[in-house]
Parts: sequence; C-alpha cells; structure tokens
Amino acid sequence: MDLKTLIPQKLKEEFPSTEFEVSEYRDELTIKFEKKIIVDVCSFLKSDVDLEFVWCSDITAIDWATRKNRFTVVYNIFSMKHNFRLRLKCDVDESDCSIDTVSSVWQAANWQERETYDMYGIKFKNHPDLRRMYMPEEFEYHPLRKDFPLMGIPGSLPLPKK
Amino acid sequence: MKQLEKETDPKILQALLNSRNDYTLDDALENEMVLNMGPQHPATHGVLRLLLRLDGERIIGCVPELGYLHRGYEKMAENMSYYEYIPHTDRLDYISPMANNVAYVLAVEKLAGIEAPKRAQYIRMLIAELARIASHLVALGSFAMDVGALTVFLWTLREREKILDVWDILCGARFTNSYTRIGGVANDAQPEALAKAKWFIEQFEPYLAEVEQLLNTNRIFIERIDGVGAISKEDAIDLGFCGPNLRACGVEFDLRRNVPYLCYNEMDFNIPTYTEGDCLARYFLRIDECRESAKIVKQILDKIPQGPVQANIPKKVLPHKDEVYSKMEELIHDFMIVNFGINPPVGEIYHAIEGSKGELGFYLVSKGDGKPWKSKIRSPSFNNIQSLPKLVIGHLISDVVAIIGSIDPIMGEADK
Repeated sequence: MDLKTLIPQKLKEEFPSTEFEVSEYRDELTIKFEKKIIVDVCSFLKSDVDLEFVWCSDITAIDWATRKNRFTVVYNIFSMKHNFRLRLKCDVDESDCSIDTVSSVWQAANWQERETYDMYGIKFKNHPDLRRMYMPEEFEYHPLRKDFPLMGIPGSLPLPKK
Repeated sequence: MKQLEKETDPKILQALLNSRNDYTLDDALENEMVLNMGPQHPATHGVLRLLLRLDGERIIGCVPELGYLHRGYEKMAENMSYYEYIPHTDRLDYISPMANNVAYVLAVEKLAGIEAPKRAQYIRMLIAELARIASHLVALGSFAMDVGALTVFLWTLREREKILDVWDILCGARFTNSYTRIGGVANDAQPEALAKAKWFIEQFEPYLAEVEQLLNTNRIFIERIDGVGAISKEDAIDLGFCGPNLRACGVEFDLRRNVPYLCYNEMDFNIPTYTEGDCLARYFLRIDECRESAKIVKQILDKIPQGPVQANIPKKVLPHKDEVYSKMEELIHDFMIVNFGINPPVGEIYHAIEGSKGELGFYLVSKGDGKPWKSKIRSPSFNNIQSLPKLVIGHLISDVVAIIGSIDPIMGEADK
C-alpha cells in the first residue's frame, strides 16, 4: 500500500480518539495533531516495523505572529527503510508555551530542541539539558520570534564579565 | 577551578557537573579537572568550544558550546527576498559554497514549482561534486595536520587550488561563488571551464593515490587514529550523525542514491561504506568518496547536454542583463522580481541534498509573498557535533583533536 495512505490509516488505528489533519504539498506529506500525544506518535512511528522513521532530520518551529495558536512546532523525520520523508506539526499557544520533548525517542532531537527553545522560547518539557544553543544564557529574548527586531535590541547582549 | 567558576556560566558548569554527581570542586586531591578547549584553539576548526572533564588524561565528560559564529542567517532570510539570500548561503559551509548554493536554489525551486533545464542541472551536479572533492581535500589535509602529518595539508590544498581555479573561470569568484540562480545558473559553463575541470580530474587521481600512500604508510598516523572515536551504527543513526561520518559506521545511506535529486539517477557511482565507525574508517571513506566524485565528474563532462541554462519562466527567473538593457518586457520583469520577489504559492517544503558534510536541508514556508515566512537550515555539522561527547568519552585528550578533525565540522554551518 502507498505510504501516503498507510501512515494516516495506521495512526488512526493506533490513536482512535485523536484527529489527524493530513495534507500534501509538492509530494510531501504533513500530519498535524494535538501536542499532548507527540511523544506517543513519534515513538509509534519510530518503532512500527512497517514504517521505521529512525532518522530525525530536523526540529524547528514557526511563529505565525498574529494567529491564535501562535507557534507550530515542526518535525521533519525520515524513514530509511522506505526513503520517505514525513512532516509532523503541533500547534503551541503562547499562553502555554511548552511541548513534551522527543529526545527520548531520537537522541538527535536533543540539540534541535535546544535550538528551537533558544530561537522561539518554546519550552520542551522533560528535556534533559534545556539550555540555550547559540545565544548567551543571560540573553532575555528569543531572536526568531517575529516581534524581535531585525537590527536586534541595543544593550541586550552584555559584554563578557571582567 | 575558581577562575573557571568565575568565567564560565553557572548553567554550563552545572551541565558539566551533572554527568557525575559525586564530584566536588573543592577536593584538590582528586585527579579530575575541567579543561576549557577553544573557541580560539586552532585544532577545533573554527570557533568550537569544548569543556572537557578529565580524569588524569582521560576524558569523562564533554560539553560542546556553540554560538560563537552565530550570525542569525535564518532571521536574515525572513527579511530578504529569495534571490537576495543566495550569496548568504556561501557563508554557511564556507569550504564548499557551491554545494550550499545548489541546495538552496533546489529548495526554492521546489517551493515555487520551477524546474531548471537539463544543462543547468548538469552544471549544478558538476559544481556540487567538485565542491565535495574540495571539501574532502580540506578535511583530509587538516585532519592529517591535526594529528601531526603536516605535509599532507600542503598537498591537498594544492589540489583544491585547482578546483578553485575552475570556479574562478566558471563564475569569476574563488570562494564565495553565488553561482546558481533560481531556475538555472548565472551563466553558461564556458568550454574553458569544462576543459579545466576535465584536466583537473585526469591529473587528480594519481595525486590522490600519492596522498593516500603518504598517509597509509605513515605508522604514526594510522596508529594514532585506529579505533579512536568509534560509534555504533544504531547510535549514529539515533544521534543524527550524517554524511561520510554515517557511512563510515556501516549505514549505506546517501541522499544522491536514496532520494535522487538533479540527475544523479543517470550517474553510475558506488556508495563506499565502512563498518568500524572510527577515525580511520572516516579517513578511508573520504578518500574513497573523492574517487567516486571524480568518477561522477567524468561522467558529467561526457554527458553534459547543450541547451539553455535558465528556465523560461519570465515572472520567476531573472533575465540576463543583456536582455534587461535591450528589451522592455525583460526590464519590467527584472524590476518586478528585484522589487517584489518571486512570490511562490502558499505552502511549505523541505528539501535536502547530500552536501559534502552530510544532509544539507532547507525548510521553507511561504505565505505567498516575496520573502519566506520561515527559513530553516538543517546543517549537517550541527548534528555531527552533537555526537562529539559520545565519541570522545573514554579517550585521551590528544585524541579529541583527532576526533574533531575526523568528523570535519564547519562552524559557519553549525552556528548559522
């Protein structure tokens, strides 16, 4: 069976009470669902013998600025068995700016989530080492948020301590 | 230790201490110490900073610190048009800028639904493979230099210089090329450039054999890296180890073969793999990959078709300057593309190529206007450095330098 129909079908069987929003653009499959089952979905996709999404390419987020659910966390994962790329998306609202970590599923997610936290301020719950990836720890802002100005904020980056 | 406590961020220090809790900072008679390596250390290939916890000379903990070269390229991408961003991709992996150009324009083309003409695709393959050879030559040379074989560095850089000469003829620049355009390449490949590439490939293999001979017969070099920094196949996949490093662990995974892009499915090449996953395997693999790339370049030069190098989509592809100055339509299109951008339809794509360091991907989200709403770079070096703690723990401090050299990180790419 075609993977593009098989994956949503398998997910529906495994998680009957959840709604999966499946879309396709330029031959890439995207599945969107609520954030509380992210770890279960990821470990299912990784461990299922027919799918085996063992490769976590990339984790990032999108800031929609004015939308109700301001952020979307995006997982680009890859199945080496089928050479198939899949994108998972979960909406995160600014009032509860957190999502469970998937670093227990893929170790690669560790730094990718740290980077997302640094750039967007989304907290990954139960993350083993949630520190900033690029910016210094004292930095208060999250640079890739749309309300952070392109020129930066003067004085926000302190000089090193003497 | 007091000095380190003062200089280092408390959270970083805490992360370092968390790897073992029975350790106290005050106990001076313990053999453990914390060593700061980098960011100005010449052997860390740029501005990578490592905090190492040592028991005698053996490493028991390692925390890499990134961000010393963070220039915010993802933020900048959101504030400029798709065309304007091409020169910035040069500065990601500055050892193989051509491969980054190719990766970025392929992603934009996928987003906008453009396909470049066949000749342009062949030229792109040619420059991507030459970039891979150039990158591997620098990796081999600096790796050998890190472990004490200085001569090889001069030999491999001499070869790389010839590739830079090819690029010089091709696009007028040696390092920051910005040669590709959305829908094609900037200008057609001149016969001189192709002839130079052909000449380079013909004389390259004997030189590579010489380099190999020089290193393989060097007992100090081999014994220094044999069995050092080994990682298992499962761990490597789980940690996102990519490119040549992953193939050295025994995973036959190459995006050129597994998810073919450009015209790689018309090429005949092997994917070299090793099973040991140590520094020696990574060194052998880079030599083998240079050979395979040379094979691909030969085939490209034989098969390269004639024809246009830019797609004929006036509203998306910048016209040639000659036409802009002489034709009204082209002038209008040039004005519209430069001022308002190419406006790809609303949507999002992720496109990855097998760059010289591994899976180099771009994730682009378009809202239908001239600038990308979101642009994410999936950089291979970032993911390779992530595995560094796993590789160095248990080894001697001098091995750290060898391991960093063997995984070949480029900080411009890891820090974005």
